[in-house]
Amino acid sequence: MSNEANMHGHAEVITHHDVHHDEHHVHHHKETFITKYIFSQDHKTIGKQFLITGIVWAIIGGLFSVLFRLQLGFPEQTFPILETFFGKWAAGGVIQPEFYYALVTIHGTVLVFFVLTAGLSGTFANLLIPLQIGARDMASTFLNMVYYWFFFIASVIMFSSLFVHTGPASGGWTVYPPLSALHQAADGSKIGMDLWLVSMAMFIVSSLLGGLNYIATILNMRTKGMSMTRMPLTMWAILFTAILGVLSFPVLLSGAILLLFDRNLGTSFYLSDIYIAGQILPNEGGSAILFQHLFWFLGHPEVYIILLPAMGMVSEILSVNSRKPIFGYMAMVGSLFAITILAFLVWAHHMFVTGLNPFLGAFFVLLTLLIAVPSAIKVFNWLTTLWRGNIRFTPGMLFAIGFVSLFISGGLTGLFLGNSTIDIHLHDTKFVVAHFHIVMGVASMFGMHAGIYHWFPKMFGRYLNNTLGYIHFWVTIIGAYLIFWPMHYEGLAGVPRRYLDLRDWHSFNKFDDLNKMITVVSIIVFAAQLMFVFNFFYSIFKGRKVRTQNPWGSNTLEWTTPINPGHGNWPGEIPEVHRWAYDYGKDGREFIPQTEPVGENESKDH
Amino acid sequence: MQTTFIILILLLGFLITFQIAKASEYVSVMRGEEKSRKQTNKINAFLLLAFLVLGLIGVYYCNEKYGPKILQFGSAASDHGNDVDNMLKITIIITGIVFVITQIILFWFAYKYQESDNRKAYYYPHNNKLEVLWTAVPAIVLTVMVGFGLYYWFRITGEAPPNAMQVEVTGSQFKWEFRYPGKDKVLGKKYFKAIKEDENNPLGQLWEDSTNKDDIYIVQEDLHLVVNKPVKLIINAKDVIHDVGLSHFRLKMDAVPGTPTTMWFTPTKTTAQMKKEMNDPDFVYEISCDQMCGQGHYRMRGTIVVETQEEFDFWMAKQKPKFYLAHPHLDPNAPKKDSVDKIAAVVPQETN
Repeated sequence: MSNEANMHGHAEVITHHDVHHDEHHVHHHKETFITKYIFSQDHKTIGKQFLITGIVWAIIGGLFSVLFRLQLGFPEQTFPILETFFGKWAAGGVIQPEFYYALVTIHGTVLVFFVLTAGLSGTFANLLIPLQIGARDMASTFLNMVYYWFFFIASVIMFSSLFVHTGPASGGWTVYPPLSALHQAADGSKIGMDLWLVSMAMFIVSSLLGGLNYIATILNMRTKGMSMTRMPLTMWAILFTAILGVLSFPVLLSGAILLLFDRNLGTSFYLSDIYIAGQILPNEGGSAILFQHLFWFLGHPEVYIILLPAMGMVSEILSVNSRKPIFGYMAMVGSLFAITILAFLVWAHHMFVTGLNPFLGAFFVLLTLLIAVPSAIKVFNWLTTLWRGNIRFTPGMLFAIGFVSLFISGGLTGLFLGNSTIDIHLHDTKFVVAHFHIVMGVASMFGMHAGIYHWFPKMFGRYLNNTLGYIHFWVTIIGAYLIFWPMHYEGLAGVPRRYLDLRDWHSFNKFDDLNKMITVVSIIVFAAQLMFVFNFFYSIFKGRKVRTQNPWGSNTLEWTTPINPGHGNWPGEIPEVHRWAYDYGKDGREFIPQTEPVGENESKDH
Repeated sequence: MQTTFIILILLLGFLITFQIAKASEYVSVMRGEEKSRKQTNKINAFLLLAFLVLGLIGVYYCNEKYGPKILQFGSAASDHGNDVDNMLKITIIITGIVFVITQIILFWFAYKYQESDNRKAYYYPHNNKLEVLWTAVPAIVLTVMVGFGLYYWFRITGEAPPNAMQVEVTGSQFKWEFRYPGKDKVLGKKYFKAIKEDENNPLGQLWEDSTNKDDIYIVQEDLHLVVNKPVKLIINAKDVIHDVGLSHFRLKMDAVPGTPTTMWFTPTKTTAQMKKEMNDPDFVYEISCDQMCGQGHYRMRGTIVVETQEEFDFWMAKQKPKFYLAHPHLDPNAPKKDSVDKIAAVVPQETN
């Protein structure tokens, strides 16, 4: 950056300041408890609302997984305590099949959508976008508030479905019709399924409002000097995430609405040739596979909607704590872009065995395996970022390293499933469960934890307890591998997913010890998460106070705000940006914040 | 009682952990935060390295322990299964190498470049040569994998040979039904609105179609296949989506109501051979439903017997076409004296 541009920039700031001064004035209205904490339009508060709602859902979803793991690990044992709590669903202390499937379905739905989409994007996009690009708030603060409340309504509806007489949806989180379309097919396909669909419709509306706001804010409201290529990678990741969501969520909405029609209005979009429960249905001409296309057209991008923000945060955290610039910034942006484009073109790899035209399948194999190229670029760039760094292992950093490890492991097994030949054997087996839990579930969860540990000081002005953080990390990563690594072997043996009892199967009944071990470990890991939740809430009120403005020695703008920023983020003018976000270790200096003008003698690398 | 006990222990463990964690915070403040931070940093760096070593040992151990339990390479019981196994082998070797190398690099770098007062981080923002290298190498490796994959894929999904035996498989909550075309080798037409289970027509065969007259219907019994003879399965579902999963043949295909699908393969080992090879006298080929289909999904099980042509012919000769079960008065072999109703009531019990 030349000196001339610098001075030019300085002149601009003064006018900038005036504009914002008026705007800032608006925020000095007296705030009541309700406008400050409930119907808040402050992006930071909305981010915290998403985070806390996400945590509540994560506890519910996690608890459900512990319950169905009990059944999988100890199918011959009874747990009378379950009957006490769940009555007929666990009659005699044994989890009933319908209950098991409801648990699995809600576990999947809640973790994919409510925790790792809303809880992850909702939290960090809201918190970080204005803070990292240098804006007072989102483009539309009101829409942003509505965004949360639609999510809240979706949550309430989904939660209420847990208490209906016939139970919540139980057809798996993918809710394939006709199982999900016909009341006769399962108890969960009765009112529970309608509630699921309505809840998801609300959720999609919420995602769209949020996504449009993110895009508008990132494109239009960057502070002076914050060109697109100076943005931290978190911002790029969130931008691409939002674009993915805006373009693909509407397709799921259409799929869900057609399914509601089939269920309640007698249409035949997905139904044809059905004889069920001794009854011949009149529907003809529909295609059950159509729903799968609509579902996976969102469903696959959804994986990246979950993963990209985690990748962005991990890039940022790895760089800050290695005290080194992220390696290959432009390649990182390019690979995010490539993943975004390819994410739209691979959905049918979930459908290789549905009778899909094999010729068409070949293209999906090619495009799916192509995603491994940008993924490989990202992994190698992360590794090179660590190389010759000076690494500080904060809990956030450990989770970021864990993310890379899990992303490698889970990404590689994707090469098995993306290759249609192998998918014929492994489709819908435990291998798939192991694969997507590692690469999407646990890895993104690690990204989210990394983000929470890293930005908690910004959110609450206090630190999380470090020791608990380290215990949390080590139990979680060891547990994650112990749970999901051996599960691949079950899948290779052909054990189908969503089987709650393998005892009658001659081909599959040799994994008793393994299933017991997995169950015990998952209980321990769940306990570690509860400990984290405790740490979270305890530290909000009693954590060690943050005493420096920039505790991690970070370059990005959020650390130029006061320790407890008010609505509007910067008390004075919004700082101007003079450089990219990754000048760590440059010219012998530990770090150079983005707000610092480029010195005369500074080297020109980058 | 036991549950309460476990919960109590967990709570106690948690309380202790929390107290230690809190105390450690105070201690670190007293000793100087910077000093204790550096010490923790060293511990975590060491733990990362230990995790790598123990993890790799764990991976090896896991493979030793469960490798023999999974369907081993070479144990595939169909021609297509061997193709799948070959592809699996190629993929495991390639991804295995990448896995070990990248994980070692990741944790080794983390350990080696842990914070030290003697080191300054090296400012290294980009290097185009490296970027090109790790774009090109994965691209080439993936091309190889796609190439092999598609070669096998088209072999498996290609047209069935003309001499293939046809069998229709129909899934419904929660059972498998099979239909052989009989002597004319043509499966008769059917229509779901003609299904009448109480009139011996569970598949909705259209009796006016004469090719239906010799079709054999099997339910709750082994599906019989002939070794080394290609078989083409025509797969249907009556109610919701099911999936014909044949783990020993390494094959799988969805059963979709309203949209018939097909899958063909050649069984290469008889059930008797598999019993010997797996050293398991109880061995049986199983059909598992691999697509979530309702509360009985996990027990939607079918069985297959693969046998020699002679054994198959002997078995087939004993089967009676469904047409005659539905129309006993037309059955030329039926005892004439008994009343029609009585036979209709008795015969299905025998075949079922």
